[in-house]
Amino acid sequence: MDSAVDIHRLHFAFTITFHYLFPQLTMGLALLIVVLKSLALWKGDDLYNKAARFWGRIFALNFAMGVVTGLPMEFQFGTNWAAFSKSAGGIIGQTLAMEGVFSFFLESSFLGLFLFGEKRLGPKLHWLTAFLVFLGSWLSGFFIIATNAWMQHPVGYQTGTAGELVLTSIRELLSNPWILWQYLHTMIASVVTASFVMAALGAFYLLMKQHEPYGKLFVRVGVVAGLAATLLMVFPTGDGQGRMVAEHQPITLAAMEGLFETAEGAPLALVGQPDMERLRLDNPILIPDILSFLTYRRWTAEVQGLKDFPREVWPDNIPLLYYSYHIMVGLGTIFIAVMGLSALFLWRRRLYGNRALLWALMLAVPFPYIATTAGWMTAELGRQPWVIYGLMRTAQGASPLVSTGNGLFTLLGFMGLYALLGMLFALLVMREIAHGPEAAAVEEQSVRYGEPMRAQGGIR
Amino acid sequence: MELLWFCLGTAMITGYVILDGFDLGAGIVHLFVAKSSEEKGQVLRTIGPVWDGNEVWLAAAGGAMFLAFPTLYASSFSGFYLALMLALWLLILRGIAIEFRNHIDNPLWVPAWDTVFGAASAVLAFVFGVALGNVVRGVPLDQNGYFFLPLWTNLLPGADAGVIDWYTLLVGATAFVALAMHGSLWVVMKTAERLQDGTRAFVAKLWRVLITLTVVMSALSFAIQPNLWKQFTTHPWGIVFPALALTGLLRVPTLSARRQDKAAFLSSSLYLTGMLASVAFGVFPNVLPSNATPDFSLTIYNAAAADHGLRVGLFWFIPGMALATAYSIFAYRHFAGKVD
Repeated sequence: MDSAVDIHRLHFAFTITFHYLFPQLTMGLALLIVVLKSLALWKGDDLYNKAARFWGRIFALNFAMGVVTGLPMEFQFGTNWAAFSKSAGGIIGQTLAMEGVFSFFLESSFLGLFLFGEKRLGPKLHWLTAFLVFLGSWLSGFFIIATNAWMQHPVGYQTGTAGELVLTSIRELLSNPWILWQYLHTMIASVVTASFVMAALGAFYLLMKQHEPYGKLFVRVGVVAGLAATLLMVFPTGDGQGRMVAEHQPITLAAMEGLFETAEGAPLALVGQPDMERLRLDNPILIPDILSFLTYRRWTAEVQGLKDFPREVWPDNIPLLYYSYHIMVGLGTIFIAVMGLSALFLWRRRLYGNRALLWALMLAVPFPYIATTAGWMTAELGRQPWVIYGLMRTAQGASPLVSTGNGLFTLLGFMGLYALLGMLFALLVMREIAHGPEAAAVEEQSVRYGEPMRAQGGIR
Repeated sequence: MELLWFCLGTAMITGYVILDGFDLGAGIVHLFVAKSSEEKGQVLRTIGPVWDGNEVWLAAAGGAMFLAFPTLYASSFSGFYLALMLALWLLILRGIAIEFRNHIDNPLWVPAWDTVFGAASAVLAFVFGVALGNVVRGVPLDQNGYFFLPLWTNLLPGADAGVIDWYTLLVGATAFVALAMHGSLWVVMKTAERLQDGTRAFVAKLWRVLITLTVVMSALSFAIQPNLWKQFTTHPWGIVFPALALTGLLRVPTLSARRQDKAAFLSSSLYLTGMLASVAFGVFPNVLPSNATPDFSLTIYNAAAADHGLRVGLFWFIPGMALATAYSIFAYRHFAGKVD
């Protein structure tokens, strides 16, 4: 940690990791709330409305955290990565500004109406506000992925007279082939997180023998959505994303897989530790030929190893990249097992009484967060040493005049502030869970000061 | 094309200042006028459903600046690094205070968040004014278009000034009082009885300070930034901007005394618009003047993105903002009327 660039990288890594704990839940949860509201309209049972109201409260807390920790992300492009912003702002400024104009206004306007307007709007319009919040949050995800996709695989640009990058086609920017799989993979990951959270809370209520009708509903919706989402994570989205990497960033693929030697019929490493001194995988457990098949759909296809590429274009932290990728994939596999088994028991009508499975669902809740974070680390570490793949090195992108000392000062400031926010957030979520869905339904009616928030028109 | 984006950018910033300005100002009312927890809750309810949408204008204005003037974005954000990080922390604390305050009703939790909310709002209003002061005064840009300002040095607005000097402090104070009055007019419009009366009296006090500060600060600005004089003498029609500001400001006390509260709030908005337009007009064609070497100033021409990006940007930005304004109007109408 001696150079300013390292501080700027850590600054962004820390603030984005903390920030993304919240949107990954809200984007998926927005979809599940639309599901609950649709069930309410379709079945005419108020249980679903009460459930949607309760999740609306959890959503609001997460959304607030997402908003306040999101603003620093936009700022940091300019504050910490000025050289990158100066060069690429004419391009990524487009997608980032689109996010503000098309999704933030939509989300913020209709979230207020969703949270406080239920009685005045009536059931159908209220469903619409939930849908528009969902739409806004998923559009927001699209513009962020379009920005990241351009950094992973730049298109629609040319180099200007002063070396800056100039937009030549907004259509190419928005239809970048990298976007499709990365977008779907990221959005569905947020559905995985939201499903696990919903199922976990349902399992908790069932095990505690509290709010049991809600517990059953949460487990049911969480497991059904969770099974679909965990399967879609592998195929086609994860597979499509992997083949994009193989095609456009073969060095990254080799580093993720820990493949040092080029091989025909390349093996897939299940376990092993990259040894960067001897350039090999220690203690490997390999399955022969699988990597070749997954990448090129042929068992004997040649996959290039790291040694085939010059060292100066290797990602700069191969062990961490390798572990991030393996943690993501390993957890993803476990998720399918947990959700698959739960879905089987649900179908057999034996899930609600199966304590072992309910325990598993309840304890699983941190892991989708870890898997998603590991997935983003794979994408970002895999792009190194480039900030714009093939065009600009990360080291050239940092602000030239912001010193290490000033960077460290604000990094420590963010760490302290976020530690405090994290604790307060956890406290408030615990309280919501302890109060339960029925309390949420009652409080929605009260519009006076002093009673726990909501309807006061405040406070989303 | 650059000129059009400069006008759009100014309009976005003005939109942000008018909208988030009133809820920052409401924070100042909350700090100085609202006494009981009941009244503080009332002030918060006037901005509750809209403050977050107002803050989106900041993100959208930042986005517009990023896409149209990337060099300005890179240079100013990295140069004002410490001031911006401070503003971010305040925005975070303020947002969290509004969201968390009503979750737990006890005599520790609620007053603690009230203090955070009021203090963060007050300091933010001041910080935004200081930032505007820096844009008028200029910063020590180098030949690559970068600079880095410490928060303060010797408090003199010379070539080695920090973010804070006596001139930017004065602009900060003006902004603080202007937004306090603007927010008070909003609270007056949205409340009744004791809180409304107290806030109305606060407006009258603030107005006297504000008109003094506005006159002194404007006069000193001509001494600090020679480009202002050049602009207003070569294009005398530009005088309409300060004239609008003055008209707006002069009408506030009469309208407020006559209880025409909506008109008073709009007059205050006119004042803010006139002031910001005057600054934009006065520094033009600079967007960030250099106070060390005038040749290194960032102008709308050397800081802008390439033509294609600016042109396609217009195609989606204007309809997008029209749509966004429509949602905001819908949300405002839904929450129209006084809070109880």
